[in-house]
Amino acid sequence: MPPGISLSDFYYILPEIVLTAGALVLLVVDARLPRGSRALTWVTMAVLLATAVSLVPFRNTDVEVSQGLLAVDQFALFFKVVFLVAAAMTVLMSERYLQVEGASFGEYYFLILCSTLGMMIMAGSIDLISAFVGLETMAVSFYILAGFIKPNQRSNEAAVKYFLLGAFSLGILLYGMSILYGVSGTTNLRTMATVFVGHERNPLLVLAVILVVAGMEFKIAAVPFHMWAPDVYEGAPTPVTAFLSVGSKAASFAMLLRIFVEGLPSMDADWRLLFEMLAIVTMTVGNVAALTQSNLKRMLAYSSIAHAGYLLIGVVAGTPRGISAMLIYLLIYSFMQLGAFAVIVMMRRKDVVGDELKDLSGLYHRQPFAAFAMLVFMLSLGGIPPTAGFMGKLWLFGAAIDAGYVWLAVIGVLNSAVSLYYYLRIVVFMYLKKETIGSEPTLSPALTLTLGVAVAATLVLGVYPGLLFDLAEASARTLGASGVTAAIR
Amino acid sequence: MISAYIPIAIFVVVATGFAIFTLVFTSLIHPEKYNKVKLEPYECGIEPATDARDRYSIRYYLIAMLFVIFDVETVFMFPWAVIFDQLLLFGLIEMMVFIFILVVGYYYAWQKGALEWV
Amino acid sequence: MITPTHYMLLSAALFIIGVIGVMVRRNIIIIFMSIELILNAVNINLIAYSYQLQDVIGQVFAVFVIAVAAAEAAVGLGIILAFYRNKETVNIDEMNLMRW
Repeated sequence: MPPGISLSDFYYILPEIVLTAGALVLLVVDARLPRGSRALTWVTMAVLLATAVSLVPFRNTDVEVSQGLLAVDQFALFFKVVFLVAAAMTVLMSERYLQVEGASFGEYYFLILCSTLGMMIMAGSIDLISAFVGLETMAVSFYILAGFIKPNQRSNEAAVKYFLLGAFSLGILLYGMSILYGVSGTTNLRTMATVFVGHERNPLLVLAVILVVAGMEFKIAAVPFHMWAPDVYEGAPTPVTAFLSVGSKAASFAMLLRIFVEGLPSMDADWRLLFEMLAIVTMTVGNVAALTQSNLKRMLAYSSIAHAGYLLIGVVAGTPRGISAMLIYLLIYSFMQLGAFAVIVMMRRKDVVGDELKDLSGLYHRQPFAAFAMLVFMLSLGGIPPTAGFMGKLWLFGAAIDAGYVWLAVIGVLNSAVSLYYYLRIVVFMYLKKETIGSEPTLSPALTLTLGVAVAATLVLGVYPGLLFDLAEASARTLGASGVTAAIR
Repeated sequence: MISAYIPIAIFVVVATGFAIFTLVFTSLIHPEKYNKVKLEPYECGIEPATDARDRYSIRYYLIAMLFVIFDVETVFMFPWAVIFDQLLLFGLIEMMVFIFILVVGYYYAWQKGALEWV
Repeated sequence: MITPTHYMLLSAALFIIGVIGVMVRRNIIIIFMSIELILNAVNINLIAYSYQLQDVIGQVFAVFVIAVAAAEAAVGLGIILAFYRNKETVNIDEMNLMRW
């Protein structure tokens, strides 16, 4: 063993190793099996399950591995669970969609697994290099997934736009990172935090912070770097959109928290102000733009932009309470967002694309369960009790008030009120309109399972939110447990 | 400062002088005999079949792209090779794992017919 | 005497050329080339800093940037080709199926 590397490093990255090995097995199986074999879905689910099981030994660990490249702590664990759940639900809702579109399974599932791997690395990385490699593993997989339906021009266009803007934002982010490295002499975020104490006025450092903020804002689709999101969400295959809006967003938030809370706590005056302004415009622009949309995926894209704004409130608050509220909200958001997209996936039939608002009309009379599920998700996204979305918003805005950002919470509440208009419009179409379009939408067993899990989670977390609270609190506390961050708090 | 560039200046002068000398000297002494063989691109080797500035099939892009990916991965092997004597068996196993992952990708591309010239 | 500062100025210039290229050019391939310029600006920056700090990590970072840029180039060209096959154009103004 060369110095600095030990066998225990490999033990701590066991979940990542299992996922990588599983993805490779999937590739080989796909190459051997005949085209369109449904066994691949089961292989993928088995790989995700094995990865989830291999997370179990790391429930209470808090270590740095590979000389500080990755941290295996509860913060990472929380996000890894979110990613695996999101990936599993995406896989479940994908099968029939891919059959209808006539696309192949193998590469699709492989790319889903690869992007999950990238997200897991992003959540654990406390080093600029590993964060960047994780980000790209995720992003490159998503570029391909967005354009996966090759004959579809919308899918092509979504992929080109996502690729160009994603690569551009990566360039900006990397340029900021290179300056961070140059000023601090290290890529390790925790070391960086100690080096930067007392250098708050360095103009080069301020420039780097602005560049990194801009790069990360692209990834979480916050205004004014949100322009790609509606187009990509609309054009990409619906399950991919679901995974993109949940997994990619959660992973980018994890990386954002790692970089700013762990690596740049001494610069918080600068980035907090930036995030504060961005949170306000993001919430407002997202909600206002969503009001006039007639395409469901586009509406949910703007809604997800608005949610990025709500989540940024947690970053601005920056307290353990704010961060734990963010984690809780991210998990809740995953369930309601994935569920809403699962309904849109169900609407895709041979004769109907099913992503227009009018396609949902009369859904209650054809598929009462799906209509009820959509109702729950919409109420939750809008923040109406007794759903989980209400509890999430309550904590998030509560944390903001707690940290002294009262007016930020007020703007958040006003925005939630505005958002109810377009969420309830969907409900009106489903329940009050009579005329229906196209053939009967049907639920496959996998889709029923996805919807059931999402509805159950949204309702249970709305009624018994205490289930999550301690977990998220503990996760938020492990973030930036290093000396500098703790001192600044 | 400037003196550091003197060897370069000498080198430039010598190189230019040698080129001019060879051209002038051979043109003075060479026998003037022309034939077809002298005008060919290669005096020996494969005869060129068509013009070099020709359009080639778009299908070549797939192979070019695969080449780019696998080619650039060698960038990780150079630093590894430099300190291989310190990494020993551990380094060898690490690199084997890395190459194995590449081989799986290669196998997949092969099985899916990406390397076939259809 | 050429100091790391000169390299950083070069890198900043490349970065700005790349950003302007992305913003003003209409051809997808040229936009993509501008993005590659930005990534190369990052590499120059990293290696200049690495030399200045006498620290090898910057070069490691640059190696990863090179590898990732290659992967991105391959994927990006594939995506652009798929777009071109359907649309017969690589002009970004023709990407107008989805707006607002």
